[in-house]
Amino acid sequence: MSPPAGRALFTGFVAVAIGFVVLAAGLSLGGYDPVLSLGALWRGAFGSWYALTSATLVRAVPLIILGLGVALAFRAGVFNIGADGQFYAGAIAAAWIGVRVAAWPSVAAIGAVLIAAVIAGMLWIAIPVLLKIRFGVLEVISTLLLNFVAEAMVSYAVTGPMQETKGIYPQSDAIALVARLPGPQGTRLHAGFLIALFLAVLLWLLFTRTAWGFRLRAVGLGPLAAEVSGRIPTRRVVAMALVWSGALAGLGGGVEISGVTYALFQNLSPGYGFTAIAVALLARLHPLGVILTGLLFGALEAGAQGMQREAGVPAVAVQVTEAVVILVIVLAEALTRRVGVGSWGLGNRRAPAEER
Amino acid sequence: MEADFGLLLTGFLAATVRISTPLLFAATGEMLNERAGVINLGIEGAMLAGALASAIGAVAYGPWAGVLLAVMAGMAVAGLFSLVAIGAGADQIITGTAVTLAAVGLTGTIYRTAFGPGGPGLTLPTLPAVGIPGLSAIPVLGEALFSQPVLTYLAWVLVPISFWFLFRTWWGLALRAGGESAEAARASGVPVERVQVLATLVGGAMAGLAGATLVLAQVGTFAEKMTAGRGFIAIAIVVLGRRHPVGVLLAALLFGAATALQFVFQAMGLALPYQLFLVLPYALALVALAFAARARFTARRSPLTASRSDASARR
Amino acid sequence: MRGADFALAPGEVHALVGENGAGKSTLMHIAYGMVAPDAGSILVDGRAVKLASPRDARALRIGMVHQHFTSIGGLTVGENIALAAGRLDGWTAGVVGQRLLEGIDLDAPVEALPVAQRQRLEILKALATGAKILLLDEPTAVLAPAEVDELFALVRELVQAGGAVALITHKLPEVLAVSDRVTVLRRGMVTLHGATQEQTDQSLAQAMIGDAAAGNKEQATGDRQQTSRSGQQATVRIHNIELHAGELVGVAAVEGNGHRELLRAIAGLGPLPGVQVAGRVAFVPEDRSTEGLIPAMSITENMVLGLGDDPRWARGTRLDWSAARVRTGELLEGFGIVAPGPDVPTGTLSGGNQQKVVLARALERHPTLLVLENPTRGLDARTTGEMHRRLREAANTGVTVIVYSTDLDEVLELAERVLVVWKGEVREGPTGADRRAVGAMMLGVEPRER
Repeated sequence: MSPPAGRALFTGFVAVAIGFVVLAAGLSLGGYDPVLSLGALWRGAFGSWYALTSATLVRAVPLIILGLGVALAFRAGVFNIGADGQFYAGAIAAAWIGVRVAAWPSVAAIGAVLIAAVIAGMLWIAIPVLLKIRFGVLEVISTLLLNFVAEAMVSYAVTGPMQETKGIYPQSDAIALVARLPGPQGTRLHAGFLIALFLAVLLWLLFTRTAWGFRLRAVGLGPLAAEVSGRIPTRRVVAMALVWSGALAGLGGGVEISGVTYALFQNLSPGYGFTAIAVALLARLHPLGVILTGLLFGALEAGAQGMQREAGVPAVAVQVTEAVVILVIVLAEALTRRVGVGSWGLGNRRAPAEER
Repeated sequence: MEADFGLLLTGFLAATVRISTPLLFAATGEMLNERAGVINLGIEGAMLAGALASAIGAVAYGPWAGVLLAVMAGMAVAGLFSLVAIGAGADQIITGTAVTLAAVGLTGTIYRTAFGPGGPGLTLPTLPAVGIPGLSAIPVLGEALFSQPVLTYLAWVLVPISFWFLFRTWWGLALRAGGESAEAARASGVPVERVQVLATLVGGAMAGLAGATLVLAQVGTFAEKMTAGRGFIAIAIVVLGRRHPVGVLLAALLFGAATALQFVFQAMGLALPYQLFLVLPYALALVALAFAARARFTARRSPLTASRSDASARR
Repeated sequence: MRGADFALAPGEVHALVGENGAGKSTLMHIAYGMVAPDAGSILVDGRAVKLASPRDARALRIGMVHQHFTSIGGLTVGENIALAAGRLDGWTAGVVGQRLLEGIDLDAPVEALPVAQRQRLEILKALATGAKILLLDEPTAVLAPAEVDELFALVRELVQAGGAVALITHKLPEVLAVSDRVTVLRRGMVTLHGATQEQTDQSLAQAMIGDAAAGNKEQATGDRQQTSRSGQQATVRIHNIELHAGELVGVAAVEGNGHRELLRAIAGLGPLPGVQVAGRVAFVPEDRSTEGLIPAMSITENMVLGLGDDPRWARGTRLDWSAARVRTGELLEGFGIVAPGPDVPTGTLSGGNQQKVVLARALERHPTLLVLENPTRGLDARTTGEMHRRLREAANTGVTVIVYSTDLDEVLELAERVLVVWKGEVREGPTGADRRAVGAMMLGVEPRER
């Protein structure tokens, strides 16, 4: 294993370990039994076959897909914090199409649902992209703001035009049976998991073998040199990276509708967009690594539910762990950069104040 | 009819000022940050932490204890940010996002642990409006501007204070210099990192005040994720206000007005979906960002002069 | 630094000379408190002092004018001085400083100032801190010859008013022109020290570079083929100036007059009316670490960056990395680039080796036109000589080589034709151009007809 990869793996382990230590410390401070709580966490994720397939793996799917999207953008040196919003856009589109394709053959129905989700995600991120290209608006702020707008749209949809015909709950009608992703009986697992794996491999091949992947990396690591010496159209590369990132996030939303919930409702995403940042960073932006880290955080989130059930610890506590993981990783990258050991693939991201 | 309109206007203006106060606090703090060269996405988390802290403090010792605790909580969150992003030099955007994420998780956990899972909203001792004698008697404007909670007056007073600091003191100059070019400022003897950390802590304190205002002088209770992106809107306000105290004040009022429109429509009996008003501040922020950035953007350098405008001004 | 003594007396101009990497900047950084010495002592006015930071140096009335200006673009002139002075109002720059202020608007944004005035600002900043001892680091690098004279006059004034000036430079004519005493460093050690009037060009060069020095300059110029080219097809046309294959053309200009836009337009980075180029272009940009190379990427990857459409490794959408790696290895050998292998990040290479990578990549394009900005910036004499040799070789094989350097002497030494850019206009310097004539053109003064 090359030294940088070995170092990355080591730092990853340390980051996760520190995350858990902080969680345990916080729990005991809060009056919870840390051993019991962490045990419940483990059981919620791996305690049973059902836990594994219907909780951990299921939660890993959107995290992997969104994680790939975030990693893709990061590679080009841009930050897509709007994955949640794009996820919702995709979910809205999926739920809308999903009830209208009941008469189609299954493959076409699922295809339509997912394609609609992809397009919706791309359109949703197109707004920040245009603002960035035409007006130089920082994509960080615009994508963040649009997250809230998307949530409001979902809220409006499920209490208004898209609300179920019964009119009782704030949710949409369930999508047609043919539009649902198939999966093994007795579990909540679905074909979306295979889609996630496929996308990870595809992205990996694109990154390492193609000229496009190289240009992406060049723009992320040295935008000026890419422009001057590589004659790479940096703005266009960045814009396309964001668009594809949005596409993946939208797809995540569509997969969630088509494979798990079959209907749209509020709080469909418990912050997948933000967890995906941890997923991407911990994987050091490597698509195959994203599979592993996606599984890790899927387990974490599944376990959190178990922890809440068994030990009464609020599930939202694991977000602290996720945040700590991110902080440790960027801290490590900053410190090693100081010592001059080289970049981590997070590129020459200058402080935004300088960009303006 | 005129009396009705007058009442409506007064109510609208008063609501505008009231709603804009947390935004003003957070934006003034973030303005100082950005002038110093730091962009702190953690102010959303600091605001949320301040909100929870103010609720806890108010329940335990009264509203002013809540304010004090909120300031400390905001500074703690900002302290974490400055440790990682300034002390170690990690990427500011990612760090800020992670800090906010941590704050969301932490406040959610603490709230549920302290007050029970999904329980009914707390009722808290709040800060009432305090009229300034004489001034508050002015029709329309008087009631709107001079009959506000004390925190609002504080936020407004901070505007001239921050102006004086930034443009009439050497340390303000040093702060601005560090934001323009850290390297050059260091050469002139400015302890750039130290200034940035202080600015961040002040920004955190202001964000904490914003959270306290939200809870104790506006909503009257705490709910998870109640800041709903106000911290990010504050960043948009700073951009729109061109990082200038007066500009920030006006921009904050604009956003307050946009949200206050909700009440105007309700009073007029128009039944529009509430999500529309929910979306309005964010949409406005986006438009404001585009508008504000456009002017600076037209001066974009061509690829012919890409890297720097003057070779001697490197780094 | 291996052990050097340096003594500056009041009322004198003391030149500190050496080539790039000899240690003169390091020595001055120690004197200014920016770097802590491993051994030895610093004495000011006879007293031993410890300089923990520039602030300590400033307290002892030592000021430094850096080579790369440290003015803050977003602030005004007055604010920059106030910042340095430590007080918003009520600062003073001394008698000489007051004169420097004439003609400069305190409320003007720094960006609006021409280069020579920006340098005056740098000096003002130092004077405003009350400096009596001034350390000037390569101040003439960005000045035209006439502006250099103005600077030296100023230095004399400062010294006459009781101050002392240490002048860091690698330009020997300047040393002889303005300094009272001179200290020469080579590889961190003092090789010569004494009164300037006892020295000559040769003795200083000898002390600077050693025995290989003296003959170098003369040898170099003999290498060029002297053939007339005006009959051939033009590879570059700038308004009515034509450049042809095999010509080595120099560009002389003061910063801010448009030479960068011109060179980059020729290199194909953007359009400029009146500039037409025929054939393949290769570009060596000024800043190798941000524009030329991506430090985090390997040498191979950087090669592919600049040679992205080379059929040897670009197969449709895929890239053949092993082919690229092999060729990179060959280039490393051919150009004498010191590196553990083609897969190390270029950021780990020395400046000279990095520049060789950029040049190797440019030449690998087999261009008809090679454009270079300050290709020998920061390089030692030997690497600089290598660079010059390769440029002449390239020109001999028919490449049109266009070189810009802030060092006018380098331009004149390399080139047989000189283009001068002033206020956005391009004029050709007289053939057999001498320093004074070209220098005058750089400031907009028409050369007098003989």
